[in-house]
Amino acid sequence: MPNKTFFWFFLPTGLAMILFIGLPIISTGIQSFYAQHDQVVKEVKKCDPFGCTVSIVVDQEKTSKIREEKPLGKFNGFGTYVDRNHLAIEEIGKFWNETNSFGEFVDQVTNLPFYKALIFTLTYCLFVTPNVLLLGFIIALSLNAVTRRIRGPLIFGTILPMIVTPLVGSLVLFWMIDAEGIIGANLQMLMDDPYLSLKSSKTLTWITIIIYGIWHHSPFAFVVFYAALQTVPQEPVEAAIIDGASRWQRVRHIVLPHIYPVVTFVALISLMDNFRVFEPIIGFSAEGSAQSLSWLIYDNLVNEEVILFGSAAATSMMTIVGIAILLAPVLIRTWKEFRTAR
Amino acid sequence: MLETGGKFTTDAYSQAWTEGEFWKASRNTVIVTFFVVTISLFLGTLGAYALSRSTRNYAFWILIAALIFRAMPHITLVSGYLFPFFQLQIWGILPTTIVVLVAINQPFTLWLLYSFFKTVPKELDESALIDGCSYFQAFRHIIMPVMWPGVITAGLFSLMLAYNDFTVTALLLNQENHTMVPKIQSYLGTNQHEGNLMWAVSAVVSATAPLFMLVMFFQRQVISGLTAGAVKG
Repeated sequence: MPNKTFFWFFLPTGLAMILFIGLPIISTGIQSFYAQHDQVVKEVKKCDPFGCTVSIVVDQEKTSKIREEKPLGKFNGFGTYVDRNHLAIEEIGKFWNETNSFGEFVDQVTNLPFYKALIFTLTYCLFVTPNVLLLGFIIALSLNAVTRRIRGPLIFGTILPMIVTPLVGSLVLFWMIDAEGIIGANLQMLMDDPYLSLKSSKTLTWITIIIYGIWHHSPFAFVVFYAALQTVPQEPVEAAIIDGASRWQRVRHIVLPHIYPVVTFVALISLMDNFRVFEPIIGFSAEGSAQSLSWLIYDNLVNEEVILFGSAAATSMMTIVGIAILLAPVLIRTWKEFRTAR
Repeated sequence: MLETGGKFTTDAYSQAWTEGEFWKASRNTVIVTFFVVTISLFLGTLGAYALSRSTRNYAFWILIAALIFRAMPHITLVSGYLFPFFQLQIWGILPTTIVVLVAINQPFTLWLLYSFFKTVPKELDESALIDGCSYFQAFRHIIMPVMWPGVITAGLFSLMLAYNDFTVTALLLNQENHTMVPKIQSYLGTNQHEGNLMWAVSAVVSATAPLFMLVMFFQRQVISGLTAGAVKG
């Protein structure tokens, strides 16, 4: 296809992506260097028969005037990045000097909002991604062995979790594990502990969110693996059966190497999706014990008094850096393959 | 929180739909979903066709760039939108959200449709070009008629994205224009009295039912869509 034709065909979608994905990233980058204005204060002298008092009040007029003139806020450089709510360089230094043991230091650091969110996000990725791959693969293998007649309904049932709106899915599970919900009440009976609640403890909340994540993401892995299994050539499998290979040996030495590229693809996509974990936290109302990077940004953007653009933007930029680190190995490999292919 | 074992009633449904203004939210969802699906497909088919028929290096790099764009968490993009949108005074209205969702949806749609277009033999449009068609005519009259399965699949995925989205719709729409998912969340925020929580429950059922029906109907397309890109990769 000639360059000119390509240009006209690709222009609409390219424009949409540049305007609404490329530019916002740049806009976020710029915003992250600004912080909201301080309120302008003035001294007011108030005199009554008993004497004069000087009080400090917010000068509403001047404050709103400055906000109007420079809506972006005041220039802050990397100030937002290093403040207490983000990288907290100063606080970490202080903790390092003040704490006695390393454990105590780690404890203090992980209580800072950014690190707390980072640790939750990474834990979530670390537990959900491998389990999604494993569960998806097992389901795909077993469904592949089922007779064709009942496969259709089974597949439909398996992909349901993926279709359900994430917020709705997590809400339903949240209601089920409520002390009066079906799972919550049964757990209390099973454990013989009327005060047992999955919502009260931090660890249990994390486990619930992770299980929800596995439930929601496994169908994607399953469907892709299932499709890949259809392309596995039958001859080597049959030869292996004749040679007396067990079921596990056949999977390990024939099926897995064949679908290996698909496994990396699924791992990449689910890593991307897990890194942005957000809706389950809203659905489970788990803000108290589990905060992700995405949730931190959301929290800044729905701030009641004034939207913290700078703070949200700084967290966003660091999230993007995180994504870049996750994607780097794959991108480098693609580039190398591309160069050798030429 | 939840009262079970009570008498059978559909009060929560009728209240949520009328008093809770869920009818408005579902109308907004229908508008957003419809336009997101149509515009995404229009832009996506054009772009993906060009990508699949180009032999240059830049086509490869555009696909990689789309993959990187796909990885961006939606909330980071939203934090970039809010400030400019406030300044331009286009925040809170449905058209802005529709355009944003279309753009966010493009990378995935491009990849999906790209792999579908690759399965259509090149000879088909080449012969049309020799017969004197322009590229656009070949695309419109020769390629699109055989692309319906791919288009339906891509449409379903756009639909699921627009229908299920919470991040973008919750932050870019004002109260008045909320779609179903942020509306459900707003019922939760005000659960001082029990009524609103039951509204949320009935809203959840109302929002999920049409999605189930649709996917049950188009099951085959969903599966083929998920597999199209992956198997060849």
